[in-house]
Amino acid sequence: MTTIVFENVWKEYDDRVVLERVNLALDDHEFLVIIGPSGVGKTTLLRMLLSQELPTRGRILIDGEPIAAEPTADRGVVFQRYSVFPHKTVLGNVMMGPQWAGAPVLGRFFGARRRALEERAMALLTRVGLAEHAEKYPAQLSGGMQQRLALAQALIMKPKVLLLDEPFGALDPGTRKSMHELVGELWEENRMTIVMVTHDLPEAFLLGTRVIAVDKPRKDPQAPERFGATIVSDFEAKCRSVRESRVFEAEREKARLALIGGHSVPVDASPVPALMKD
Amino acid sequence: MRRMINYAPRPGVRLILAALPFVLMIAAYMLASNARLAVEPADKLMPSFASFWATILRMATTIDVATKQYLLWWDTWLSLWRLFVGLGISALLGLVLGIVVGFIPYLRSTFEPFFAAFSLIPPLAVLPILFILFGLGEASKIVLIVFGIAPFIIRDVMLRVAAIPTEQIVKAQTLGASTWQMITGVVLPQVMPRLIDSVRLSLGAAWLFVIAAEAITAEGGLGYRIFLVRRYLAMDVILPYVAWITLLAFLMDYALRRIGAAAYPWDKIKAA
Repeated sequence: MTTIVFENVWKEYDDRVVLERVNLALDDHEFLVIIGPSGVGKTTLLRMLLSQELPTRGRILIDGEPIAAEPTADRGVVFQRYSVFPHKTVLGNVMMGPQWAGAPVLGRFFGARRRALEERAMALLTRVGLAEHAEKYPAQLSGGMQQRLALAQALIMKPKVLLLDEPFGALDPGTRKSMHELVGELWEENRMTIVMVTHDLPEAFLLGTRVIAVDKPRKDPQAPERFGATIVSDFEAKCRSVRESRVFEAEREKARLALIGGHSVPVDASPVPALMKD
Repeated sequence: MRRMINYAPRPGVRLILAALPFVLMIAAYMLASNARLAVEPADKLMPSFASFWATILRMATTIDVATKQYLLWWDTWLSLWRLFVGLGISALLGLVLGIVVGFIPYLRSTFEPFFAAFSLIPPLAVLPILFILFGLGEASKIVLIVFGIAPFIIRDVMLRVAAIPTEQIVKAQTLGASTWQMITGVVLPQVMPRLIDSVRLSLGAAWLFVIAAEAITAEGGLGYRIFLVRRYLAMDVILPYVAWITLLAFLMDYALRRIGAAAYPWDKIKAA
């Protein structure tokens, strides 16, 4: 269960009000998409949820607890660019998070622990379709493949919330479509909450279960900095029944795969269980 | 007729073209030297290549009476030792201080302006201070090199640290990395190729300081020898020594480049 609450959140830089009176309550396993004109503060909202920036007023709660004042492992992120480490191979990138968590000084696993992690990372890479590129460096991958890698790298930490900051903005339409499918599936499989910022409306309504529009409701022509943006519209993009039936289908598919796996091949032959969250 | 920039030489031609300036320079020297020697066989300003060879052979294979050493190798050893110790200390200082100061905001605010001011002090101007403080021995020479190039390397490493995208640092934090883990796992590996380049660029300055320090006071060294034999107009020693220093500098630069490419293959991929 993961719930997110924004309690009267404001963000100001000196005299400039960027966001004002942001109130939002988000249920478990939502796919929230934030839309709005450029420069209005969508990304600021996401950064505050990530603790990359701190709200000037108000507070943000995850599961009833105020979020830490710095980025932590319970909130994963994929940016539009630069989300992967150029000096690590694809496999090395995915293995970084668990190694940092498990080896405070060296940041590196050895022996059996390393092999176990490698197996987990490879399962995840197979899931996002990068298994055959495991030994390449990010610079050798296309933009879409780099974003898949960034997703896998974030998912191996099993974050409660996954934050996506215009993750498909720099991709060509074909790649973008396949990324939509992948993200939708990963969201179902991992039963986590996703918050995504985009300026692409069809994308927002295709993926989101909830779509909020951020804009300035009040404008002072003499002092455009005087008022900030807030949530001006709030759509439930997919009604409950549709979502419930999709969740049901996903569960059934999972059960089917497990059944097939149990009879013919070892269970770990299917990459899906590796992604399941507790 | 295409534009001039659209004509590129073939690989074989490129090699010949690259060799051409060297060949021309040597040929010009030989012609001028021959012309002078024809007039005055004892000319000291432009000795022939034969006398270069004889001098180098003598310095490399016979023991000098005064120092009981093979002079060429003795000088080379002394200079390289000073150079390597100075460069090594500078690189280490640059790496540690550059990363720590570049990465931690409080240290950055405290020391960045200081380093910026410090790096503007002309090292040769403080050489007398170093001689007074550290004596005329090896210590003052090493400190001069460190004084001369460490601030440059520190600032270069700091710039590289600052150039790492914020996204990467935030991402590392969402993967649970501590400050130490970010330094060792994200910043250090990405700074290392730049450190190697930085040391390569410092090679020229490092040689300058070694030779300057040796010129003033030393018991031996390539720079010391050049300045010593200057009194006798011994161009047959000076010119081969200059060529030898150039060759050593080139080999060091080449070795560093190869080490960088072999150790950090991901750094060169960007071009593709």
